[in-house]
Amino acid sequence: MPGIQISNLKFSYASAGGFRMHIPRLDIAAGECVAIVGPSGSGKTTLLNLVAGTFVPRSGEINVAGRRLDNMTETARRRFRIDQVGQVFQAFELLEYLSVSENILLPRLIDPDGKKNFDAQQRIQSLLTSVGLQDKADKRPGELSHGERQRVAVCRAMFNRPQLLLADEPTGNLDQANKQKVVELLIRQAREHDSMLLMVTHDHSMLDTFERVIDFVELVNIDPGAGQPARVEIR
Amino acid sequence: MTGAFFLGWRYLRFHRFKSLVLLASVTLMIFLPTATRLFVADSATALTARAQATPLLLGERGGELELVLNALYFHAEQPPALPYSALDDIEDSGLANGIPLYTRFRTRGAPIVGTSLDYFEFRNLQLASGRLMGLLGEAVVGANVAREQGVGPGDHLVSSPETVFDLAGVYPLKMQVVGVLARSGSPDDDAVFVDVRTAWVIQGLGHGHEDLAGGGSSASVLSRNEGTITANAALKQFNEITAENIQDFHFHGDTSGFPLSAIIIVPPNDKSATLLRGRYQNHESGYQVLVPGDVLDDLLETVFTIQNYVILGLMMLSLATIAVVTLVFLLSQQLRRGEFMTLKRMGASRGFVATLIASEIGFVLLGSLALSALMSWVTRHYATEFLLSLVTL
Repeated sequence: MPGIQISNLKFSYASAGGFRMHIPRLDIAAGECVAIVGPSGSGKTTLLNLVAGTFVPRSGEINVAGRRLDNMTETARRRFRIDQVGQVFQAFELLEYLSVSENILLPRLIDPDGKKNFDAQQRIQSLLTSVGLQDKADKRPGELSHGERQRVAVCRAMFNRPQLLLADEPTGNLDQANKQKVVELLIRQAREHDSMLLMVTHDHSMLDTFERVIDFVELVNIDPGAGQPARVEIR
Repeated sequence: MTGAFFLGWRYLRFHRFKSLVLLASVTLMIFLPTATRLFVADSATALTARAQATPLLLGERGGELELVLNALYFHAEQPPALPYSALDDIEDSGLANGIPLYTRFRTRGAPIVGTSLDYFEFRNLQLASGRLMGLLGEAVVGANVAREQGVGPGDHLVSSPETVFDLAGVYPLKMQVVGVLARSGSPDDDAVFVDVRTAWVIQGLGHGHEDLAGGGSSASVLSRNEGTITANAALKQFNEITAENIQDFHFHGDTSGFPLSAIIIVPPNDKSATLLRGRYQNHESGYQVLVPGDVLDDLLETVFTIQNYVILGLMMLSLATIAVVTLVFLLSQQLRRGEFMTLKRMGASRGFVATLIASEIGFVLLGSLALSALMSWVTRHYATEFLLSLVTL
């Protein structure tokens, strides 16, 4: 069944001083654009990492795009992440030493055996054109404005035509006009490719743009004595 | 994993300056000890090859190394001169042939080697153009001299005065180049060869002037007494030997006492060589017979000892460089933790990140190895020439 289904998910950081998270139930329909709001440290980013297959729950079940992640091998989860998940990180995380087009190509560079049912160069050109950066393909991230880098990050996330697009506070540090543009871009791209969009945000001014807003506090049970989620080593 | 190699290459290319510094450091770390070994080994081979090809040397008693370096490499430092009669003594002994060498003079920095035609056969020197010298005043130049000074058959070279103030001493002689030697890769390439008598003319032991006995230029004659003609300073002296004036050139005094720098002795067999060496072991003879190979072996032994110390020092330096390069690299990896984390969050395996790091190290190492190999090849190519140029200074 496409979409995301989480049931009775329990997660804790081994070295995080007792942070525990329990999500009894979460369903997101295929192609749905959802905003996730909640206080800092409540585990919103952890949820994104769980549905991306980056983190593994202690117990419970996660199904994303018809694949059950909680019992996948590490290699399978990695492959799933490259093929089915596009991520826009908080600080974009573009590689400064690659050009714009090479940054967008990064998923294929990481896994040359992954999705190959499309021409990479055509895909890059089409993505860049769709975000108005067709003349910036050979530029380095350092030569772009903040807004342009953000758009490149979205293009990279969309490169493999993912079924799930995750965005972790991608509008932080942007002015209102640019925030609106980025959110519209993410939603447009998600709809064009029939992808689900899960966006973590603190900005309540744009929530109307989404089809659904999930308040994380209402969604999860968090151990009241627990601290904030700690950084964990991704393996 | 081609993606990891691509990223590694792009990273190094983007951080050009850092990469070049790393490349240079590692290259020098590999190159310096290698080049030192190659330089010393090749130079030793080149030095000993010429020495081994020279069976015996006869010279005045004095510095052995000085004599060998002068006779083999035309080093500017002159050993004490020995008389030409020493050559006759060798020939008269019937034990060996002798080849005279007189290397006192220079022309435009190149040594003028006064010798005989036997020298060319002995060193197996071939002509690239022209012919060997046949007359007084004619010169045959080495390949490098011809190239650097742009001279060939038909051109002229003038011998240099030994000092600026030596107006009355060494005779600046205009010599005609009649031949150019083919390149031999030896000090012969950098020398100008003349007959030993031409070298004596340069020294002023022989000279040419207008014929006073024949009655010409009576204005130059101060007096004529019983076959002795005294001329004044107006007497015309020749500074070039030509077909027209060669008859007017002559030597004053007994040529058997004229100087030589050394004599190459070419005995037909070991027995003759041993007999000759025994003959000259007597200190009263005033001469010394040397086996050039033995003299250079002593020198090279010292060189090899120094080389070992130099290499030890370079190894210590290499260790320090490795430590610094490793530190730079580890710091760089620390700064790139965010980048590696992003790659892993996108789906890269630990192997991918490890390959990315290894590829960067690999590119630097491969580049350094290639550069070191190229530099070593260049060193190897020019080391001998360079060392010989030092020796002939």
